Amino acid sequence: MSAVGRLRPPPALVAIVFAVLVGGALVLVSGANPIQAYAAIVGGALAPDNLPNTLNWATPLVGMTLAAAIPLRGGMINLGGDGQMVVGGLVGATASLLLPAPGPLAATLALIAATVAGGLYAALAAWGQIRFAIPMLISSLLLSYTAVGIVSYLVRFPLRDTTTGLPQTALVPVAARLPTLVGPVNAGMLVIAAVAALVIVIDRRAVIGYELRMRGLNARFAGYGGVRLDQQALGAMFASGAIAGLVGAIVVLGGQFRFIDGALLTPAYTWSGLMAALLAGGEPVGAIAAGLFFAALQTGGFAMQRETSVPRVLTLVLQAIVILFLAMRHGLGKRSS
Amino acid sequence: MTDFLTPFLMQSAVQAITPILLASLAGVLCGRVGVFNMALEGQMLIGAFAAVVGSYFAHSAAVGVLAAIAATIAFSLILAYGATVFRGDAVVICIGMNLLASGLTAYLLRAMFDVSGTFSDPSLVGLSRIRVPVLQAIPILGWGFARQTAITWGAWVLVVIVTLLLFKTPTGLRLRGVGEEADAAETLGVDVRRYRVVTVLASGALVGLAGAQLSLGAVTVFAEDMTAGRGWIAVVAVMLGRGHPVYSAAACALFGFADAVGLRLQGQGLPNQLTDIAPYVVTLAALALSHRRARAAVSA
Repeated sequence: MSAVGRLRPPPALVAIVFAVLVGGALVLVSGANPIQAYAAIVGGALAPDNLPNTLNWATPLVGMTLAAAIPLRGGMINLGGDGQMVVGGLVGATASLLLPAPGPLAATLALIAATVAGGLYAALAAWGQIRFAIPMLISSLLLSYTAVGIVSYLVRFPLRDTTTGLPQTALVPVAARLPTLVGPVNAGMLVIAAVAALVIVIDRRAVIGYELRMRGLNARFAGYGGVRLDQQALGAMFASGAIAGLVGAIVVLGGQFRFIDGALLTPAYTWSGLMAALLAGGEPVGAIAAGLFFAALQTGGFAMQRETSVPRVLTLVLQAIVILFLAMRHGLGKRSS
Repeated sequence: MTDFLTPFLMQSAVQAITPILLASLAGVLCGRVGVFNMALEGQMLIGAFAAVVGSYFAHSAAVGVLAAIAATIAFSLILAYGATVFRGDAVVICIGMNLLASGLTAYLLRAMFDVSGTFSDPSLVGLSRIRVPVLQAIPILGWGFARQTAITWGAWVLVVIVTLLLFKTPTGLRLRGVGEEADAAETLGVDVRRYRVVTVLASGALVGLAGAQLSLGAVTVFAEDMTAGRGWIAVVAVMLGRGHPVYSAAACALFGFADAVGLRLQGQGLPNQLTDIAPYVVTLAALALSHRRARAAVSA
């Protein structure tokens, strides 16, 4: 997986048009009006009243896009975002419950704990590749299933809030909650924006960013040029998982105020993020733009389901078609060898 | 140990192996022609859904199975042509296919049956089980096969057929040639592209069977994302078996057994969140133990 090609904007637009047409046909076949459905998506995502919702949805999605983009930039794929996200979410919730700290310190500590936990869990997959030659593509996913199972157990038994009867932890203390900005948008958005800026700067200006891109273009050449590939894989996966863990904690501390079993996974942030990152070949600015686009699409999907009874899972189909179209027509992610 | 290896445990183990085994045979075939098939999960999901649709509308399990095969072959066209004619990257295509399968089945579930999550209906006809009372008398292995569907029996027969096809026939030789040294095969007059397309489509039929077994075999129900990682376990089984159908089948047997043991432990009071991860943990352990630098150390 070297040479993850960079895409120019026009093919992406063509792909989107193609996806819209195929999706429209699907809606038509299932007996609904595609034009109404798409109008509902656009209105639901971009009408001024709905913009805060879109931003709120974009926060975790762009976060997971960055988590996917970092390894992809180096020609690696992290399929374990779900696991890293729930590990971060649960660690964030637990840390804020166990470490009473005053004011903003509580939230900061919980976010840091979640970031480190997610990063370490992702680094485990890189370690498996270095030490045991287990392909990271597979191990990251298998570790994700494992983490989801263990976290689900923990939140149902030892860490469950016994007063509610639901599989969820107790409410996190008020001090640890992220402050609200506008409507549902909370300070987590600023954290993700800062992370995004950092990722862009490192990608463009820092030595490690350059080395990672070099690995993406040709791993053997990068190794020959003096890049320590094993360390780099560990670092890239740690960074990827750290962001995923951070996203988990932001959702917990910013919106739900407790870790609820399954709540982080139902929106499928990980997979939308991976698709957004693939769309831009791991290049952060393009990936973030694609992530925002998918976030708008999905937020609009809620409005579509409400207003036209077309199931909002249609938006997932549209995303998959965009990726498949680009992979076939424009060699998206094509290996050079 | 004797009261642990009960007929029920063996039966559920053999049952759990079937979909993984069929999918891994598909993975072996695709791998042999040089197409890394990571879309087994999505293909199986499409098969499971189509089987339920066929069985529901025709009130016949056989129609369900045929629908599963047809739908999965059609779905496999994406990989068959995407990775050959359109020269796309197989990994990216497969990721897209898995998501497309997940989204499409969830969408159609709502559009066709107006339900979300799980679909079950009295008019769904499941696969009938072939009873072989004689086998019931043979401990362990006999217990496992005494009451299984035709697909389960077929899956094990297919292990033999695929092995013979790959290693004892001229077609198999060409097929392996295409995967090992496509240019050389081309020089010898083998139509590489055609071999790849046909193999990917044929293996799609195998995964379709796997899906039908999943939704019409042990239970008669379709649930969103009901494949729950089985396709990925099959991918790992192919790696562990180094592309050999018999070794891959052995790996599948290990995972199926782990699955059944997990189910059994659940009956003894262990929470299912923990027992559900048994196959993944066993898979990771098996990968770590087989730690030679496998040539299956794909691309990633």
